[in-house]
Amino acid sequence: MPRVEFQNIAKQYGRVTVLDELNLSVEDGEFLVLLGPSGCGKTTLLNLLAGLIEVTAGKISIDGNEVTNLDPKDRGLAMVFQSYALYPTKTVRGNLKFGLSAQKLDRAEIDRRVDWAAKLLQIEPLLDRKPSQLSGGQRQRVAIGRALVKNVGVFLFDEPLSNLDAKLRTEMRLEIKRLHDELRHTIVYVTHDQVEAMTMATKIAVMDGGVIQQVGTPDEIYETPANLFVAQFIGSPSMNMLRAKVARDGERLLANLEDASASIDISGHPFAQPPKDGDQIVVGLRPEHGLVDASDLPASLELPVQYAEKTGSDATLFLKTGSKPFAVRIEPSQAANYQTGAAVRVGFATEKFNIFDAQSGRRI
Amino acid sequence: MTDILPLSPNQKAFKEYPKKPAKIKGSSIAILIFLTMCALFIAVPLYVMIVTSIKHMDQIRLGEIFSLPTQVTFEPWWKAWNEVCSGVQCEGVKVGFFNSLAILFPSLILSIGLSMVTGYALALWNVKWAGTFLFILFTAAFVPFQIIMIPLIILSGIIKVYGTIWGVAIVHAVLAMPLLTLIFRNYYKDIPNEIMSAALMDSGSFWRIFFEIVLPMSGNILIVVLILQITSIWNDFIIGLYFGGIGTKPMTVILANSVITSRGEISYNVDMAAALLTAIPPLVIYFVLGKFFVQGITAGAIKG
Repeated sequence: MPRVEFQNIAKQYGRVTVLDELNLSVEDGEFLVLLGPSGCGKTTLLNLLAGLIEVTAGKISIDGNEVTNLDPKDRGLAMVFQSYALYPTKTVRGNLKFGLSAQKLDRAEIDRRVDWAAKLLQIEPLLDRKPSQLSGGQRQRVAIGRALVKNVGVFLFDEPLSNLDAKLRTEMRLEIKRLHDELRHTIVYVTHDQVEAMTMATKIAVMDGGVIQQVGTPDEIYETPANLFVAQFIGSPSMNMLRAKVARDGERLLANLEDASASIDISGHPFAQPPKDGDQIVVGLRPEHGLVDASDLPASLELPVQYAEKTGSDATLFLKTGSKPFAVRIEPSQAANYQTGAAVRVGFATEKFNIFDAQSGRRI
Repeated sequence: MTDILPLSPNQKAFKEYPKKPAKIKGSSIAILIFLTMCALFIAVPLYVMIVTSIKHMDQIRLGEIFSLPTQVTFEPWWKAWNEVCSGVQCEGVKVGFFNSLAILFPSLILSIGLSMVTGYALALWNVKWAGTFLFILFTAAFVPFQIIMIPLIILSGIIKVYGTIWGVAIVHAVLAMPLLTLIFRNYYKDIPNEIMSAALMDSGSFWRIFFEIVLPMSGNILIVVLILQITSIWNDFIIGLYFGGIGTKPMTVILANSVITSRGEISYNVDMAAALLTAIPPLVIYFVLGKFFVQGITAGAIKG
């Protein structure tokens, strides 16, 4: 299976630069998710790889061969689109067959591949229907089937699940994951949905403003975000961010929080580069890393309850701080115990902190 | 245990609601009167034509053009079809009918085929200077035919098609190009980008995508353009008159000649019958395809 590489990619529309000096490589068999908010350039990057738009500068190579100036059909790619992009006048079988029209294959081979894909995706009974007679989930399967029959090494997905309802989305997520585990294709998958990214990816590239902010495994991205943008973009409810000023107290490093007017001990944090006395920092705390009523932990805060929110399997307690509410995950059964206005003490283990430089936004 | 519900939520019992009284507004009366007047404007002359065409000349001489025929005769129709003279030739308008048919098909194929492919390329492929080209086409749609007629005659002479059926067909195709290309281009613009992207990745061939994906999606607009073109080609007089040779005059030209060249007493009944015969084919097309015409104008490309 091939490896995909972007080298110094730039894309400009007139005088507007969308991507600049972008480098990224996708290893053989990897499931790379390009994750970012709308307009961050992730779909542009995917279309550049597909050859649907041309690069302004830079090189794209697949499996060691440069494809920058090849036609889309000659790049050895298959793509699944957000709106499925099925051909409305063709049957499901016709749609799958047309996917093979660029490859010169004999009829028996075409039939064999169509049957194989139909079986794999369980769309055999639908082969003679038109796309308008299919439900959203079935159309999605056909779209994936049209990509599968090509028997290429690299698959591109452009937000394929965003038109499905929540239940189907979960099903299709598992389905795509299963296909990847079975077939081991190299996949580049674009989405703005962090749940899709976290559940399916073997590697995530978080993008913002046309720049790749961080590349890493889902765990790395979640546990050690490289900067404030990644930290805030990943996780729901998002990470609590507290502005603070560093103060040295003998051997200990203290962060004096601005909003909560408290100070916490950050000595235990594995700093790459320890901050100096008086530095402005941002302390990031994941909601699930806080322990309510655990006063024995070295860092703790006392804050009044604003409200509690239950979502079935989960519950989140929102505490009042100066600006944004501070989220802490609690047991759903406990949610009713917290009255608005009552003070609650939340403790944190220092090694779970994410500390960022307030100026540059980078992790320290 | 709770009671089992007698009806599932999808099977609601049918309830009778009082019907809302129909209201007739002043504005709708005004519209009705206006539309009736419009209809009469077409219908009254048509009525006169039909009754005149089945009257004997004796009754026509009385000058009561609105009266019903006292004695119905279909002889004028037979005469119009078989005997009417156009110049020195007295073989009726049927000669023109077959000439018109012979002109119609090549003209349709040329004009629709050319403008369809041009519209497809302009709408869905990256064509250099597409905007400029469209602007020129758009301007060309407003150039009156009479202005370019003489140069066109010279041009068709140079390429040796003047006076032949193909000459008439080519002129029809050229003149229809601007409008038809714009119609097709705007229709194809509605085809979602992603379908085109998928086709580019799947096949990438200009003609294959056209014939397998785009052409099957063009049913609605084809009907609209067909009706438009059949009517305008069939009803055309001036192109047929100037570009058709002696033996390739369309029905409209034969009709005009026969009305002009009647000797002695003017046989109004035969003239009317000949005119009606000439008008029938587009009417038939409207009746057969009219339903699709409305659908085609309102529907987009993606309805499958």
